[in-house]
Amino acid sequence: MTETPLVKVEDLSVQFVSRESTVRAVNGVSFELARGEVLGILGESGSGKSVTLRALMRLLPHRKTRLAGRIEIAGQDVMALDTAALARLRGPTVAMIFQEPMTALDPVFTIGDQIVEAITQHEPLTRTGARKRALELLELVQIPSAVRRLDAYPHQLSGGLRQRAMIAIALACRPALLLADEPTTALDATVQIQVLLLLRTLQQELGMGMIFVTHDLGVAVEVSHKLAVMYAGRMVESGSVHDVVRNPRHPYTEGLMHSTVHEVAKGERLTPIRGSPPNLAALPAGCSFAPRCTYAGAQCSTSYPPPQRIGSDAGYEHYTRCHYPEHVGSALA
Amino acid sequence: MLSYILRRVLYTIPIAIGVSLVVFTLIHLAPGDPLSAVVGEVDQKMLAEMRASFGYDKPLPVQYFLWLGSTLTGDMGYSLRTGAPVFPTLIAAAKNTIAIGVGAAILGFLLGVLSGLVAGYNHGTWIDKTVSSAAIAGVSMPHYWLAIILVIIFSVHLGWLPSVGSGSGEAFWSWAAWRHMVLPVVALAAIPAAIVARTARASVMEILSMEFVEALRARGLSERRILWHVARNALPTVLAVMGLQFAHLLGGSILVETVFTWPGTGQLLNMAIFDRDMPVLQGTIMLLALFFVLTNLVVDILQAWADPRISRS
Repeated sequence: MTETPLVKVEDLSVQFVSRESTVRAVNGVSFELARGEVLGILGESGSGKSVTLRALMRLLPHRKTRLAGRIEIAGQDVMALDTAALARLRGPTVAMIFQEPMTALDPVFTIGDQIVEAITQHEPLTRTGARKRALELLELVQIPSAVRRLDAYPHQLSGGLRQRAMIAIALACRPALLLADEPTTALDATVQIQVLLLLRTLQQELGMGMIFVTHDLGVAVEVSHKLAVMYAGRMVESGSVHDVVRNPRHPYTEGLMHSTVHEVAKGERLTPIRGSPPNLAALPAGCSFAPRCTYAGAQCSTSYPPPQRIGSDAGYEHYTRCHYPEHVGSALA
Repeated sequence: MLSYILRRVLYTIPIAIGVSLVVFTLIHLAPGDPLSAVVGEVDQKMLAEMRASFGYDKPLPVQYFLWLGSTLTGDMGYSLRTGAPVFPTLIAAAKNTIAIGVGAAILGFLLGVLSGLVAGYNHGTWIDKTVSSAAIAGVSMPHYWLAIILVIIFSVHLGWLPSVGSGSGEAFWSWAAWRHMVLPVVALAAIPAAIVARTARASVMEILSMEFVEALRARGLSERRILWHVARNALPTVLAVMGLQFAHLLGGSILVETVFTWPGTGQLLNMAIFDRDMPVLQGTIMLLALFFVLTNLVVDILQAWADPRISRS
């Protein structure tokens, strides 16, 4: 991988500042993504995964948010862009699909109008030309009777079709990077798989880079080349899908595996992670996972572990942020 | 959409009938005999004869149908006070009230929508605070008081604009006629402007907090396009409030029309109440009630057009 990465994030941190408290939602996240590569970010609610995505596009309300670190997308320093330059970045370079298509689509505009608007905002196309492209996009995301659906309002579509329409809007300007924020979570199980497969196909056909945020391990494994596990605003473990799933070297990742239905044989009990995530307004001094960790030692409550390289697989380095990665797995084995 | 409009139009018929029934009953429930107020102390025989000639001796349901029948044919009887036919009197008064009502609606809604939109969009800034304070002042200020203040400033001190009447028969499309309307229009516009501004502001703020606005930003739309989306989403709510305010304006304001001696329905109603002029009273209230019903009809149709989710449910 000698070419410049599509995305390069260094030490990104996001704080939400209010009069009462400062919530440290993201605390020093760094990663890279090559063109056409898929990164799955796994984590529970409040782990900072969605905030990370929004920070990449600078979508967070600037009045209440403190952003720090470096974000580079397609060679552009995102942190340095002004409003107009950001608007040019959003759409043709980075696009996003949201968790809940009902609330993320404007309810009083037709699907067609919303796609056409997204196209004409960025490209010197006539309405007729844009409409033709909108139709192609609806066909691309496999919406049946696409011509009719162009003039449909969001509430007239089923959940699955709505999510497809949202994908069509996101793809309107052929983005190099697609950010997907739990795009299948709000859908029925059967529709979930269809949308997931569609996204994977589109990503491969269009050669897009994709960052796929989910709390569902099965979904993350299905689409990703590499995985990052987030906890309390940090990427606690990252590596190839195989490394992270088969050889977890962070107790939190291990806990996730054991509390997921996919990983446990029938009849066996699921092992939940005890305790609850830390308060992001008052993070503990050492490792944020230490209070819930089976393996926690003396070091864990005093210093946050630096990234530790475990090995590599399929060209992806395997890192963990744990003081005792060699202990992981011993408690339950 | 067309079937929705048709359905909605049909619904107004029973509503209108109900309204007419209420108007009729309310007036007849009021104590006192209209004729004794006019005729005064005369012998009972003559009073009875007069009652019979006006049809007041018949049972109420019969009176209702007689009144309804003649009203539908444009015959609303004659004023007990002046003897003039009610219908033309009413039309002349309604024209005057509609003239300042529409003027106040245009002024108030333009002002209200624009300032509310800007305030909601820039919420928390000095613009928002200015608009909010002005809106609170606008809804709290009695409009007849504002009318008097306007007269003191612009008629008495500055002498720019007339303080009474609607002019003496100048052509409607002329400044000579319009200068009489300026002060009443401004006085009437204050409350609708304030209410619409508050509604628009609240609605815009609510919509700005919705996820789809973030999604629109994520598509790289310009702030102007986003403001357009927000305004378009706020429209149904604002329309509903504007409809209500417009109906109020068409109803005419007794107080403001009295301050400016504006010969509209408000003034007509005021005189009819004091004179116990039953035919005029009935006719005026009926007309105002119909204005409300019609405005609601129009607003419902406009809302269905503005919000695609309405007509389907």
